[in-house]
Parts: sequence; structure tokens; C-alpha cells
Amino acid sequence: MYQYDEIDETLVRERVAEFRDQVKRRITGELSEDAFKPLRLQNGVYLQLHAYMLRVAIPYGTLSADQMQALGEIARDYDRGYGHFTTRQNIQYNWPRLVDIPDILDKLAGVGMHAIQTSGNCVRNTTTDPYAGAAADEVADPRPWCELIRQWSTFHPEFSFLPRKFKIAVVASKADRAAIQVHDIGLRLKTNAAGALGFEVFAGGGQGRTPRLAVKLNDYVIAEDLLAYITAILRVYNLAGRRDNKYKARIKILVEETGPEAFTAEVEAEFAKLQGGDLTLPAEEIARVSNFFTPPPVETRGFDLKAQSQAFQIWAERSVKAHKTEGWASVLISLKPVGKVPGDATAEQIFAMAEIARQYGLNELRVTKEQNIVLPHIPQADLPAVYEALRAANLHADNGGLVTDIISCPGLDYCNLANARSIPIAQAISNRLSETGLDREAGELTLNISGCINACGHHHIANIGLLGVDKRGEEFYQLTLGGAANENAAIGRIVGPGLSGEQVPQAIEDVVRTFIAHRQDGESFNTTLARIGLDPFKEAVYAH
Amino acid sequence: MLAITANRLDDGRVVYRTPLGAWSAHLSEAELFETAAAAEDVLKLALSEEGVVVDPYTMDVEAGVPGGKKRIRETIRNTGPSASTVLELNA
Repeated sequence: MYQYDEIDETLVRERVAEFRDQVKRRITGELSEDAFKPLRLQNGVYLQLHAYMLRVAIPYGTLSADQMQALGEIARDYDRGYGHFTTRQNIQYNWPRLVDIPDILDKLAGVGMHAIQTSGNCVRNTTTDPYAGAAADEVADPRPWCELIRQWSTFHPEFSFLPRKFKIAVVASKADRAAIQVHDIGLRLKTNAAGALGFEVFAGGGQGRTPRLAVKLNDYVIAEDLLAYITAILRVYNLAGRRDNKYKARIKILVEETGPEAFTAEVEAEFAKLQGGDLTLPAEEIARVSNFFTPPPVETRGFDLKAQSQAFQIWAERSVKAHKTEGWASVLISLKPVGKVPGDATAEQIFAMAEIARQYGLNELRVTKEQNIVLPHIPQADLPAVYEALRAANLHADNGGLVTDIISCPGLDYCNLANARSIPIAQAISNRLSETGLDREAGELTLNISGCINACGHHHIANIGLLGVDKRGEEFYQLTLGGAANENAAIGRIVGPGLSGEQVPQAIEDVVRTFIAHRQDGESFNTTLARIGLDPFKEAVYAH
Repeated sequence: MLAITANRLDDGRVVYRTPLGAWSAHLSEAELFETAAAAEDVLKLALSEEGVVVDPYTMDVEAGVPGGKKRIRETIRNTGPSASTVLELNA
């Protein structure tokens, strides 16, 4: 894992001191709310329905055991005993007091963490494959490149006041486990015919009220030119992106209004000016950063899956993933036990995960965009012990990738922007599909819920999406089908009129039953949908 | 009826303005106004109390509980998240 150097350390500590002073001046009345609001947002502090919310950055979703421990201590000491892992691979606290936040940031700084650029119109946390460095199908570990982007984008003077927020995702395999096509910039690490690393570059994707898939700008940009190329994209966007209308300010609108070819031409022209200049990454710097991310050595201890208990084997089927190094595995910890709050973990559970990583997992954890946790490096021989430790902490849910592994934003239970509740709907669906056994029968299937059109719950890119809307003071849910967040990215299509909260569990059951009834030869949901169309689903949902 | 609500500055908690000009965590202690015009002067006063609360506004109250088009949102603000927390569910 990357370790802070003196520059990182100084920068973060100075920022904490600065924010401590700003909070003090706000409390004493020296700063108005209008003056203070942009300052707190730049430090990840929102004011939600019941309290302030603090969003902590977890760069590319990678955490050390000590960092995870600190996150648990913050949940225990400054919040109400739990935290919420987000689709941006971050964590949010829903109940901190404003006056405590400088102390929280100080504690974070002590473990090399902060909340900088988790809000505001700047480059946000870069996300990546949660199995980076462990996945057998990656061409190289994408995290050194994420770290280089982090360093380049942190407090970037030119890009601190963009037309709108800006999100970058990086993958290093054909399989897309970071949803790169719904990002402002999506990067896929690849090699050319000579074996040199480079990036396939996409831009203009996004969700929200205008969901768009990104367009490919360049099939191969040599890796050394990464920062020059993304600077070119951001420079074009920063100059030409709309600032007159918040809802048309994202790069996806600029790409669409300019036209993909013309936009690409502008980026390439800007890139031509930058190429070969100061932004070219020196080989020694790439090597220095890459050295922080080394794979584990071959593990020689043996492991016999068939000798394990049935409960272990059921859990392992959905929770243990192949690792590129012999003798190792990655473990998915589902934070979606049936009927519970998606993405939430108690302080005790956070401590347990930190301890398991410390004891068995090379001190490393990941947060996934599905709001789960991954232990990327576990010796296969230790899997039974890890399973028992997870069981003891009630972290052994075996539904990763099933339809009950629901992505859900906090919704109207916490969020100031939400139109409708997400969490109780997720709980009701989870209970219904588990009770009926449809979750196991359906197999791999994604279901995401957003409480408003901002789409923090990624509803557009789920096989089954639910969007909460307000209709004259009542909560309704718009159902979409056919979205996907993987290498076959797609935006879901609206099925029909909105459903009341009470109707939703039955409607989802109808959708899943229709899928099971029509699928052929292990088809995915979207393949079945493409073959039979929306009508059978529509008829099933609206028959009641 | 209307009440004036806001979030407390130092901890963000939901509060309601009382007839004595204080801020209470209980809607039952809020001063109620017949109309928006009747609440206008007090709302202006509340808006000037930047060192105490953030973003005060009027909300509908019907029979002592949140009402109107924002009924669900204001009920959640008043009584807390409707969803069980992970702590309660793990208990």
C-alpha cells in the first residue's frame, strides 16, 4: 500500500489546522453560513436532515488495517456506533457534531487519511477494481496509476473549481469491475503489441438526471502520458463546460453538445500541446509508486475445500474469489445481510474486519462500489479461520452478487436531497426475495436503489433499478430494467408508471419470477431481457 | 399551521423555534403560526440567528405533527430515520 511521505503528511495536517480555525470562526459568528458552507464542503462536511454528515476519502477503496481500525474508532467515539460505506468506495458518518469534526480529521490524519475533495466541483476520489493487485485477469495493478492521479489531482489549482464534480475510474482488465463507462473519465489499462502499458480512454459517462455512457476518445495512450492526456480532457471541460446551469454542467453534456468527434479533436489538440512536457511521468516515479503495490509471495500451505463444513462451502461459493498468486484467495465480505441496512457496519464489525486483515490479510482491505468490503489477500489455508472470525462478528452473509446484495443510498432517512426512502425498501425487498428463495434461484443479478435522481444508489446501471420520486408529497418508485455496470455497460429502461412503496416488493418478486421463467441455458438477466423485451416484465408487474 | 424549524449550528440537530425565541428539539414546544405572513417576522429574526441555527424555514404542522407536502421528510426529521439502524438490527 502507498505510504504518506512528508509532503502528504504536511498537506493534510495543515488542512486540519485550517479547518479547525474555520469551524471556530463559524461557531463564534465570524463566518456566516454562506461563507462557511463552501469551506466545509471542501472538507467533506454536509448538513443533512438530522445532523452533519462527514464523507471520508478512501483512495481507490484501499485501506490498511490501522486505517480501518481508526474508522471504527470514529464511529464509536464521534458517531452513533456505525458507518456507511458508499458507492464511491468511501465511508460516511451520519451523526458527527460540527464541533467534533476537526478532532475527527486530526485522527484521520494520524493514519494517513482525510476528507479532502469528497465534495465540491473538483476531482473526486478515483475508484478502481476492488480486486486490484489480486485479480488474475488484470494486465497490471491499476492502483499505482490511481495513486498518481490522486497526487496530481489533490489541490490541483487549475481544477479546484470545475463546472461540476468530476469522477475518474480505472480498471486493468477486460472485465469492468469499476463501472468506467459511467464516469467522467474511464480508463482501462492495457498493453500494446510491444507489451507497453497504456490506457484506453473514455469520457463523458455519468448517471444522475441525464445518464450517459462514456465515449471512447483514444484506444491507446501510452502510460507515461496519462496525466498529460487527462489534463487535456479536464482543460477542455474546464474552459467549455457549462456554468450557467448546474444540471447541464457535467462533462457528459459537453461531450454530447459538442459531439464526440469534435470533443475528441479538441482533447487531442490540447494533448498535442502537453505531450512531452512536464506532465510526462518519469519512469523512475512510476517505478517508485508501483513499488508500494507488490503482490504477495507464493503460499505453500495446502488447502482442501472438500474437507470443510457445508456452511463454509456455501459461504465460500459466493465469497471466495480466485487470486492471481498461487495459494491465495480474495474474500468478499457482504455488508448486505438479509433485511439489514446496505453498506452499514457497526464499530465492532469494523474493528473485526481490521483485526482479520491484520491477522490473516497482509493488513489490507478494500471498499467496493457495491458497498461491501474485500480482503484482497488471504492465504487459502487461512480461509476457514477467516470464515469463523467473520461469523463471530456477524459478517458472514453469503449473498455477494445475488439480488439481495442491494446497492442503496441513504435516501430520505438521512439525505437532504432525497425524495423517497431507500433503506426500508431495500430491507423489504431483501426479506421478500430471501423468504421466497428467489435470490438463490435467480443467481447473479443486480438491484440498486436511489432515493432521488442524483443516482447515488446507481439505479441506472442495475439489472433492476429503483428510483424514488415524490408525487404530491407521497413516495413512489420508478422501476427500470436492463442496466449494467460491467464491460457491457447499459442504462436501464423505465418499465411503466411509478409504484408505491407497498407495491415494490411484489413488483420485484414478479420481475425475478419472470426472469427465472424465461431464461434459457444460464442466461444473464440482460440477455433474457434483450431476447424477450420489456413486455413480459411489464405485464407481470402491472397485473396486480 | 406553521412552525419554524432549522438545524442547530454546533451539532446539526433538528430544532424548532419556541414562543420565547429559544430553539427546542421538540415539535410540541414550537410556536405555531396561522399563516406564512404571521410567521414572516419571526422567520426573519430566526434567519438573523446565524450563530445558533442553520437555514431556518417554515414547515406545515397538522394536529401537532408534520403535515403538508413535506410530511414524510419532516416526520423523519422530527422522529429520526424510519429505517432500523445496523446497531438495532444486530442487537
